[in-house]
Amino acid sequence: MGKKGGNLGLAFAAALVALPFVPLVLWAVAGEWRFPDLLPTAWSPRGVAHLVEPGGGVLGATLNSLLIGLATAAASVAVGLPAGMAIGGYEWRFKGLVIFFVLLPILVPPLASTMGVHVTFIRLGLADTVFGVFLVHLVPTVPYTALILAGVFSERTGELEEAARTLGASAWQAFLRVTLPGVLPGVAVAGLFAFLISWGQYVLTLLIGGGSVVTLPMLLFSAASGNDPVITSALALAFALPAVLALVLALRVLKPGERAGGFVGPGKVS
Amino acid sequence: MSARLELENVCHRYGGDEPALENLSLAVEPGELVALLGPSGCGKTTALKVVAGLLRPTAGDVRVGGLSVVGTPPERREAAMVFQKPLLFPHMSVAQNVGFGLRMRGTRKEEAGRRAEEALRRVQMDGFAGRSPEELSGGQQQRVALARALVTEPRLLLLDEPFSALDANLREEMRELVLRLQREGGHTTVFVTHDQEEAVILAGRIALIFDGRLQMYDRPEAFYDRPATREVARFFGATNFIEGLAKNGSAHTPLGDLKLGRPAPPGALTLTIRPEAVRLEGGENSFRARVISASYLGTQVHYELQTAGTALRAALPPHVRLAVGDEVTARLPAESLWVLK
Repeated sequence: MGKKGGNLGLAFAAALVALPFVPLVLWAVAGEWRFPDLLPTAWSPRGVAHLVEPGGGVLGATLNSLLIGLATAAASVAVGLPAGMAIGGYEWRFKGLVIFFVLLPILVPPLASTMGVHVTFIRLGLADTVFGVFLVHLVPTVPYTALILAGVFSERTGELEEAARTLGASAWQAFLRVTLPGVLPGVAVAGLFAFLISWGQYVLTLLIGGGSVVTLPMLLFSAASGNDPVITSALALAFALPAVLALVLALRVLKPGERAGGFVGPGKVS
Repeated sequence: MSARLELENVCHRYGGDEPALENLSLAVEPGELVALLGPSGCGKTTALKVVAGLLRPTAGDVRVGGLSVVGTPPERREAAMVFQKPLLFPHMSVAQNVGFGLRMRGTRKEEAGRRAEEALRRVQMDGFAGRSPEELSGGQQQRVALARALVTEPRLLLLDEPFSALDANLREEMRELVLRLQREGGHTTVFVTHDQEEAVILAGRIALIFDGRLQMYDRPEAFYDRPATREVARFFGATNFIEGLAKNGSAHTPLGDLKLGRPAPPGALTLTIRPEAVRLEGGENSFRARVISASYLGTQVHYELQTAGTALRAALPPHVRLAVGDEVTARLPAESLWVLK
């Protein structure tokens, strides 16, 4: 296939992804759009205004979503990094069993486990709090981050660290100066994954937050079950935008097509 | 600065993938370059890692400058190691890679940078300081790795087959570089290789290891002239082995009674002789033989000679032209016959 064909295919794929967003964007700025009309017959800033309206709650919900998402990403990486290092970097007994337990939260339906978690959280006073919601978001994110980072560490041979040690680096310095920079792209991907999972979470937030912790998906669901396509579309865009932005940024910075750290190949022979 | 290295009865067992070591004892004098030679999987890299502190011996002692370092972590041994792969840190520039060891020792950034540039000049890589490792060729990367090890002024320089991934021309160039740097710096150096030619060219002494056991530790020429065992002789390309019975100063063999250069204890023995030492002439220790194959190698011709009961290989200068089937008289000079244990 020539470059032209490739570009054409790319354009087709992009159109396929972008197409569902077109009616969303139109609805968000529509004033009136009735059945046989191909385009809205009147325009209105009502939908966009709703997003930034001081008393509308959208700003607060966005802030909640951001706060919980970032905290979840940070905590997932903090837990997933040592777990991934142990699983991917070393061989030990009962490793299969431990991997099974790490994966258990994504094998068991979250609703089933969260019912039990809810009871415990009520007793601990964590139900209906932002902190409680953050904790329960870790249930689906930690297994993913641990798995992603296990994959990153399994590609590392430990030779770079050995070289660092013989050059005078302590085990801790070798980890900070050599291991960590090497796995940073993987850490970023894992963190991004955790953030996006948390960002899109509805059921767990509803159960543990009990309606007092309002995040963007909560607003979106209630708007969608109402009958105002303008507000729903505006919210849907507000919900999708950060995720798309984060993904684009990550792809640009990380360049996943290239090798992430590790062995520097022999390159061209001079 | 460079120090004397001693290994005493070093054992390494049950170490996962690492080949075992059995009672390895040897000493490397300050400033000496010793090659650990042996087939792959013989334990020579294990020995090097034990010296570096990357592996802990299950028994025995490692001393540097007379003091035991068995309990010392690698970063405090001042034993810089260069590996088969360059293992440059991919997120650092060439200069940062070279300065890494100095920075770990608390050298200030400017000072480390200056000394890194100087070290790069010594390996003819000046001008590459700001480059990223992935922009360099394999040979250039290995030069940087060498500079990175040398810049710390290590007490021991440990090289683990550092050129085996390079092509032949480059390998030769790198050997000369290592020899020059080692002579200039006077580093006590241990060099691991499976290539006997490389060991002979580089090393002052060679430690030959098979199956984790030291077979022979001596100057390179001794491996040709006075191999300890048949296995050692064979590893260094010897093919002529003659079985016999010793009796007062000579050996009774299928080739007749051969006079020996040195007295041997009576009983069964195995003699060996380098192909280059075989002469085409009469006299003491001579016999009739027939040429059964000839291969021309440019500077030498290798002949296979069939005699009563055994075949011998002779390497002769190219002006001696023999044809397959020729009958010749061959002589094994007594002083070139070596009795194997």
